[in-house]
Amino acid sequence: MIEVKGFSFTYPTGSRPALTDVAFEVAPRELCAVVGGGGTGKSTLAGVVSGTVPHLTGGTAEGVVRVNGRDLAETPLSGLVGEVGLVMQNPFNQISGARFSVREEIAFGLENLGVPRDEMAARIDPVLEDLGLTGVRDRSPYELSGGQQQLLAIGSILVMRPTVMVLDEPTSQLDAAGNALVFDALGTLKEQGVTVLLIEHRMERLARAADRVLVLDRGAIVAQGPPGEVLADERLEEWGVSPLRYTVAARRAAARRLWPDRKPLPVTLDAAAEGFGETAGRLYRGDRGDRGDRGDRGDRR
Amino acid sequence: MIIRIDSLTFRYPNGTTALDGVSFGVGAGERVAIVGANGAGKSTLARHLVGIERPASGTVEIDGRPTDRLGIAELARTVGFVFQNPDDQLHAASVVKEVGFGPRNLRFPAARRAELVESALRRTGLTAARDTHPHHLSLGERKRVALASVLAMDTPVVVLDEPTTGQDHASIVLLGNLVDSLAADGRTVLAITHDMDFCVEHFDRVIVLANGRVAWDGPVVDWPAHVADTADESLELPQMTRLGRRLGWAGPVTTVAGFLERLPAEAGPAPVPPGG
Ligand SMILES: Nc1ncnc2c1ncn2[C@@H]1O[C@H](COP(=O)(O)OP(=O)(O)OP(=O)(O)O)[C@@H](O)[C@H]1O
Ligand SMILES: Nc1ncnc2c1ncn2[C@@H]1O[C@H](COP(=O)(O)OP(=O)(O)OP(=O)(O)O)[C@@H](O)[C@H]1O
Ligand SMILES: [Mg+2]
Ligand SMILES: [Mg+2]
Repeated sequence: MIEVKGFSFTYPTGSRPALTDVAFEVAPRELCAVVGGGGTGKSTLAGVVSGTVPHLTGGTAEGVVRVNGRDLAETPLSGLVGEVGLVMQNPFNQISGARFSVREEIAFGLENLGVPRDEMAARIDPVLEDLGLTGVRDRSPYELSGGQQQLLAIGSILVMRPTVMVLDEPTSQLDAAGNALVFDALGTLKEQGVTVLLIEHRMERLARAADRVLVLDRGAIVAQGPPGEVLADERLEEWGVSPLRYTVAARRAAARRLWPDRKPLPVTLDAAAEGFGETAGRLYRGDRGDRGDRGDRGDRR
Repeated sequence: MIIRIDSLTFRYPNGTTALDGVSFGVGAGERVAIVGANGAGKSTLARHLVGIERPASGTVEIDGRPTDRLGIAELARTVGFVFQNPDDQLHAASVVKEVGFGPRNLRFPAARRAELVESALRRTGLTAARDTHPHHLSLGERKRVALASVLAMDTPVVVLDEPTTGQDHASIVLLGNLVDSLAADGRTVLAITHDMDFCVEHFDRVIVLANGRVAWDGPVVDWPAHVADTADESLELPQMTRLGRRLGWAGPVTTVAGFLERLPAEAGPAPVPPGG
């Protein structure tokens, strides 16, 4: 459970706040996505929820952040280990450097948590398997490609089984298969009751997986709602987020009356295929949609 | 051919064969996207183009000369490289110093240098951040600083390792325009990317790497057909291609513009069931 209330934060060197009066909650079993333009405070927010901001960064903070009921202002970082997992934006910075192999790197967090040796293997091997890292388990973490390092960074957090998981662009360097593995893993976490906060720039899988999307703009939450609503909003580009091609195509088609009236703009392939399938059927029946016999033309969204 | 790679093979000290007989050539002004699975060998290939790695066997020629006979400085004049991880290449205390480093090193005259730096900052949307320390920028911004520092060297070849990662909408638009305008100026752009929509919207040609080999190489218009046929799950079709297929359209459609152009002519009786 994540609860943020009236939270503002300014970095020590910052001329303006990186976050302004931010308030939201994420419940267990919920996947809440955070989207927004570059430098709008997404990673800062990830740090806030996982306790590194302001504990490690310094700076001035105001407001309340509670994770699983505990006020982070009064909780030392060490008290959060194992409870909140943060997958950092730059996986290259997350590798501990303390271990010789991929498998040992994943074991590192468990050792710190004091997990008994015989339980470790039972936890590590499935994570390696789920993320497609079994083939490189004995390699040095530095002898991996960028995407493999990103998967390792995710695995080293997953294995600790935190009840709150914060992921800062975890799929930025992954191919389609890796991307699918990560979203599968997130689905499993949700089923297990984990609270998930996911920062993403790639919208397609998010549109299907997120329960709710928050938009950050210059440090403030400017919109929140279900993905179908937020990702189809016409202000999305202004907020720094690339709309899905499905949405763009339908919006342009709607302007030419080639998208069904009253149907919301699609944010998934299924919804786009359904809508454009209807258009094709209508055209086939000879209805070009330009007879002007409907009154609801202008206000379709 | 500004780039010619012939039977390039490369093994890391731990025994991993990262490149296994790669051959292709690239002409001046081409926009080439390099795609493929995580670990396929894309970054390793890119590092050969700037001489960071040296072939175990085979050759890499830039402008007719093998890279192992060109000095690093001379190569730097010809090929600019933006690393996958920007933090590997940022060292200066401010954005403007970072971007100015290359042109100074290449001993461009002061006036030319200033012009190149300003233009690079403008083209990457960093003018306002010029005096900021790169450490105080977000990751996406740091990636653009790395790009600006490469642009400022005015090289005939620009190699970008995953330029769109971590970039917001405005920056992706800016990057796309940059790729197009570099090529229009006759410069060669090679970009590694996992973003298939970016790939079809801004590149002429696609090279697919798989297990250190060239699995496919051809014009971007033919590429969706390859992806549709391959068992390689690391590749996915662009959004509009998937939509066109779902709707049962014959032949590939790749971009929103292409989709809308065909839409009025694609009247059909039965809506296609999902899963097609
Ligand atoms: N350590 C720091 N010290 C000072 N300012 C910082 C620091 N880290 C980030 N900032 C600034 O705070 C603001 C928010 O940065 P943040 O990294 O949270 O953005 P972001 O939304 O994650 O961006 P991106 O999408 O590029 O990752 C930016 O203006 C950034 O320059
Ligand atoms: N420094 C290294 N030492 C040993 N092996 C390495 C090293 N760097 C990469 N490899 C291995 O070489 C192969 C190719 O890696 P490369 O980084 O070129 O892949 P890539 O196609 O760029 O992947 P990604 O999309 O994940 O960035 C992979 O199997 C990788 O594990
Ligand atoms: Mg960030
Ligand atoms: Mg790579």
